[in-house]
Amino acid sequence: MQYQEIAAHSLVKEVKDIYNQGEYRLTAMFANDERNMKGYFAIYCIFAGAGRFKGLKAVIGQEALQFPSLTPFFPSAAWYEREIHDLFGILPVGHPDLRPLVLHENWPEGLYPMRKDFAIDMHVPMGEKPYNMLGVQGEGVFQVPVGPIHAGIIEPGHFRFSQAGEQIIHLDAKLFYTHRGIEKAVEGLSLKMAAYQAERICGACSVSHAISYAQAVESIANVEIPKEAEAIRVLVAELERLYNHVGDIGNLCAGVGLAVGISNGSRLKEILMRLNESVAGNRFLRGIVIPGGVSMDVTPELVWRIRKDLEHLASEFTEIIGLLQNNSAFLDRVESTGVLSSQACRDLGVVGVAARASGINVDMRQDYAYSIYNELHFRVPLYTSGDVAARLWVRKMEVEESIKIVKEVLEKVSSKQENLLVSIPEIKPYSSGFGWSESPRGCNFHWLMVGENNKVYRYFIRSASYPNWPAVTIAVIDNIIPDFPLINKSFELCYACLDR
Amino acid sequence: MINILKQITSIGMVTEPYDKRQIPSRFRGQVVIGNDSCKNCCACLASCPTKAISQQGGCLVIDHKACIFCGECVKHCEAQQLRHSTHYKLATLSDNLAETGTLLKEKIRTIFGRSLHIRHVDIGSCNACDFEMNALSNPFFDIGQYGIDFVASPRHADMLMITGVVTRNLTQALFMTYEAMPTPNLVMAVGACAASGQVFGNTYAINGSVDEFVPVDIYVPGCPPRPQALIYALLLGLNKEDLI
Repeated sequence: MQYQEIAAHSLVKEVKDIYNQGEYRLTAMFANDERNMKGYFAIYCIFAGAGRFKGLKAVIGQEALQFPSLTPFFPSAAWYEREIHDLFGILPVGHPDLRPLVLHENWPEGLYPMRKDFAIDMHVPMGEKPYNMLGVQGEGVFQVPVGPIHAGIIEPGHFRFSQAGEQIIHLDAKLFYTHRGIEKAVEGLSLKMAAYQAERICGACSVSHAISYAQAVESIANVEIPKEAEAIRVLVAELERLYNHVGDIGNLCAGVGLAVGISNGSRLKEILMRLNESVAGNRFLRGIVIPGGVSMDVTPELVWRIRKDLEHLASEFTEIIGLLQNNSAFLDRVESTGVLSSQACRDLGVVGVAARASGINVDMRQDYAYSIYNELHFRVPLYTSGDVAARLWVRKMEVEESIKIVKEVLEKVSSKQENLLVSIPEIKPYSSGFGWSESPRGCNFHWLMVGENNKVYRYFIRSASYPNWPAVTIAVIDNIIPDFPLINKSFELCYACLDR
Repeated sequence: MINILKQITSIGMVTEPYDKRQIPSRFRGQVVIGNDSCKNCCACLASCPTKAISQQGGCLVIDHKACIFCGECVKHCEAQQLRHSTHYKLATLSDNLAETGTLLKEKIRTIFGRSLHIRHVDIGSCNACDFEMNALSNPFFDIGQYGIDFVASPRHADMLMITGVVTRNLTQALFMTYEAMPTPNLVMAVGACAASGQVFGNTYAINGSVDEFVPVDIYVPGCPPRPQALIYALLLGLNKEDLI
């Protein structure tokens, strides 16, 4: 893809022009240190709309490391710009909230780890920057700090609730606790080695990350992978969606204390995890999707097993959903709880289940059909109420659609599969490209620049949880604090995906 | 209500002995070195993403604590002397726990074996290990049958199960959680990240493996370890050899 190259000072004007065209919306924004090739830093903005992508490359001038902030006009840019500020030391001028995002108060001033002159094994002393959690002050208003270590077996994140009685009037989230610096860790690795880290960005989205990364590599190398490999990729991607959605529906019942839903959800999820282990040798389907294709075939015995298990799942799933649909005490808790407006979705660029439950019809499988999704028949379920119930029913319908997709894909894999892998040729240094996929949580977008000798030069990961986390803090407003776990579970976002 | 009861009775009990079910043939467990001669091609060393393989005195040594069970070494071995077995019971006790003669430790483990309360802390995992820990409570495994329970606070816990590499942003949380626990206690490092700290290499955001910060008693290899491997590790740590 060609990037429209502009000077950084005109960034706001150019982005406004793009938004005024009507269809394009910001999908990702990140910086790249191109000083050794071109002598400057660049800010890349990727826009998506109407089935197409558009790229903008803003060149940062020599005189000052800064660019005009997009956030006052486009709220979806807020976290991207804070991240650029943290990791590259490039200042978004006019940003309303430049608190550290990725690097917490323990990071010393003046060190920017994603710059190329920051050595990966450099010792970084402990810093002590101030970090102010945002809250509401006033008579009768109190604050409730929660986390980063929570009561259950869940990932870490700090939440600060401002309360008037039980009612939440403001929520500030401090995340990026599990930040491992994966984008830096893969720099200089071969494309193949980096794939193992891409797959381990997040456990529950292993396949989607592997597919996004593999597609980024394949698009840069300009190779087409065999049709049957594509079919197997779709198969495992849908198996991933299935175990996530089924498990998430069970977890959602934990938010209302409905024990029968919890144990049935975890039971069906376990059946699916065991199926995964048979298919890929790993319960999270790791190791099957690799750049250039897939590493394993699907034997006729596996085809038979998948069909049998999913048939069993479909009937049991319907029965359990029936228990929820006819349970007025359950419906009372989930309906009209944690409403996210469609306007908030549009402003924040929300993706995936959360967007589809608020009436935004987005699904990368449909809008930017990758792999063989354009040959498959499925519906994208849509709800407009934007509450916990809507997110639950969207998942329920997607489970049914995914079962259909799997059945259709199984028709496409022949009994004897050969050539499931093509090799990745030598890539011209400093070529860039990207890949995307629809994870169980939404669009996973990976941008990659390959350096010399097919080694990673720059890798940017924008998972579905990235644009959706800020939406959680909005959806909880005016709800009571005991409903927070329920609302949070209805979004079911990964911390690891976001933090990376 | 009637429908719920009907559904519950129709499913019946699904809990089963944790290691009786057949392991899928594709499952990638322990990396086994064959008996024939190694060609010394060193392809396995170069192909390992986490540097889990080393050569010590001419012998190949595989550190399963760092292994992510990806199968690269198996694929690349020119002499075809490496293979994945389906053996997954790879948990090991740390030196101080495995030592014989430490009667006190032995006694503690036996007492914990009657009732163990566990606190989980994620200090930088990808959430796969966390999900597998969650799976321990599902009806198939029902960890409660062994007298094991997960608790909400480290103050109520006898054991800390730790997942993930120690990130810079969670180092303080790890210390505080550990220090909030009553003693004596046990610490388990769950998965390749916690046990070795090598999965993502050494970056500005990673401080290392768990045992560089708090003493670890039990290591569980796996990426992630399957729930059965976690149950094995728990029973091993609790001296419940009759159940293993």
